[in-house]
Amino acid sequence: MTTLLDVAAAQSVAPEVVMDIYRRILRIRRFEEQVGKLFAQGQLPGFVHLYIGAEAVGAGVCAALRDDDYIISTHRGHGHVIAKGGDMKRMMAELFGKVTGYCKGKGGSMHIADFEIGMLGACGIVGGGIPVAVGAGLSASYRGTDQVSVTFFGDGAANEGSFHESLNLASVLKLPVLFVCENNQYGEFTPAERAMNIKDIALRAQGYGIPGVIADGTDPLAMYVVAREAVARARRGEGPTLIEAKTHRKGGHAEGEDAFLAGQQYRLADEKEAAQRHDPLVKLHAYVVEQGLVTVEELETLDQATLQEVAEAVEFARTSPEPSAETLLEDLWV
Amino acid sequence: MPRKTYIAAIQAALAEEMRRDERVLLMGEDVRLGVFAGTRGLHAEFGDRRVIDPPISELGVAGAGVGAAATGLRPVVDLMFGTFLYLAFDQIANQAAAMRYMFGGQATLPVVFMTQNGGGIGAGPHHSQPVHPLFMYLPAIKVVMPSTPYDVKGLLKAAIRDDNPVVFFNHLSLGGQRGEVPDEEYVIPLGKADIKRAGSDVTIVAAGLMVHHALKAAEELAQAGIEAEVIDLRTLKPWDEETVLASVAKTGRFVAVDESYPVCGAAGEWAATVAEKAFHHLKAPVQRLSSRHVPVPFSPTLEKMMMPSAAEIVARVRELMAAG
Repeated sequence: MTTLLDVAAAQSVAPEVVMDIYRRILRIRRFEEQVGKLFAQGQLPGFVHLYIGAEAVGAGVCAALRDDDYIISTHRGHGHVIAKGGDMKRMMAELFGKVTGYCKGKGGSMHIADFEIGMLGACGIVGGGIPVAVGAGLSASYRGTDQVSVTFFGDGAANEGSFHESLNLASVLKLPVLFVCENNQYGEFTPAERAMNIKDIALRAQGYGIPGVIADGTDPLAMYVVAREAVARARRGEGPTLIEAKTHRKGGHAEGEDAFLAGQQYRLADEKEAAQRHDPLVKLHAYVVEQGLVTVEELETLDQATLQEVAEAVEFARTSPEPSAETLLEDLWV
Repeated sequence: MPRKTYIAAIQAALAEEMRRDERVLLMGEDVRLGVFAGTRGLHAEFGDRRVIDPPISELGVAGAGVGAAATGLRPVVDLMFGTFLYLAFDQIANQAAAMRYMFGGQATLPVVFMTQNGGGIGAGPHHSQPVHPLFMYLPAIKVVMPSTPYDVKGLLKAAIRDDNPVVFFNHLSLGGQRGEVPDEEYVIPLGKADIKRAGSDVTIVAAGLMVHHALKAAEELAQAGIEAEVIDLRTLKPWDEETVLASVAKTGRFVAVDESYPVCGAAGEWAATVAEKAFHHLKAPVQRLSSRHVPVPFSPTLEKMMMPSAAEIVARVRELMAAG
């Protein structure tokens, strides 16, 4: 049986929070599995990057946030939207490019935003969202609220100038920002070990005078505990934290990538195997049953309800209208 | 009416808007000292919270301006020199110019990116290159380039009150220029050109420093009996086509004068619009005067030759008049 690595951390999390995190992960997983199928069937335009394998990060961190806190996401962003409480119907409709989508079909998979829940948008440029999240943190601090701002990004973004400028700026201005690096060990198709000469991105925090924490990004409760502490620190006005979540992509960089790769392999065999072994949903499922928080039958019922929610989202997206010609030039200016 | 420098008018606009609206804050390299004087004195009045000296990180600071604007503030981000906007370009082009549209209208981004554009003081290629056409190219970004102390104050106040991202180009070599600037409240709407000199023979369209060259040229032409109408666009996007087309309908001749390059430059945009929409009024082909397509040379002698001059405008207008 797979158990969580950090039992002490897990036991510090209240049972209702554990189940809340479980539901967030399950919603992401079932949504993403369906998106993968739809893409394979040729039903979705453009590019799709799935969050499967890294759900512990988004779910664990967002469970430590309030509704009025901000998050900014990446090209691999569906999981963050769902983790923050996003609506599957409007997400799926956006992936189909329909007018009922979150962005009226103008953003698509890589640009879903829901300002109502503090989700300030996913970003198709690697590292592009990081400075914007610093601005949201600046704004929270300026307005005298204790909101925090979280920016999710990958190991690839940790080599962008925007990452370095933003860590330094947030440190100097002591802003309530969580920099959450999802180190899934590949920047697109290039292993991180060939893109940097350090093993731990968290080390880079030292260069900017802020705490850098390494967390198991496949352990949802460990992620929650680390985020809870960083959030509390930010709310106290003590400044930003860099959290490096060591995690995996269960799939590739993008769906349908075999067409680009033309048979070339880029994943390291050990890592591919570890990605399967460290499935956050499997781990948390085992934990909640072991701890007697819930029965297997109850989890099955929850799963069926989640699958139903996904099915309804697909139906909503399919039956929604295409954007009309008038909308092409709308939403540009205030 | 009090006379003020262009720089003092910038200071006045910023101070007035910061007093008027608590959400307005200023951040940028050395804004506390105000080394180019446009922000001088503001720190003394508004303090650390509202006048922020960030590290020299144009990309990070521009992006922070976008994020702050998206969450309820009205930041003015001072990027010091137009060429420094290249360092911030991703945040302006991929975020500020796209966010509202790509999020289906959810984002409102009242952010001003303020900088000094253009040359004329021997500052060399990395501090003088005019960059405004790059921002005219971007969707959802307003672009402003004032030529006088009066205009800079009224336009900057309008830019700060605008709910869209604005790139605001002060001109590097106009800082010391003096003119009448009322102390009373006034705002100049964005998108409205100003006819700086009326005339009936030829329409000259310009902005920023080139307005002054055009006015000087117009004086000289007047001595030869040629009356030029000089239109200062003031806002480069959205620009006031209506005023320009009405002028061309009257004069039948058109010269676009701009400090940017001839390839994909601002003058090309204006000339193309006139050729397209006022062709039947034209007595002669539309004309463009732009800078030579080289990095801005350091030598003041070379720099003068590089950009359009009053003499060049005079010569081009005389050719036009001779053509019909």
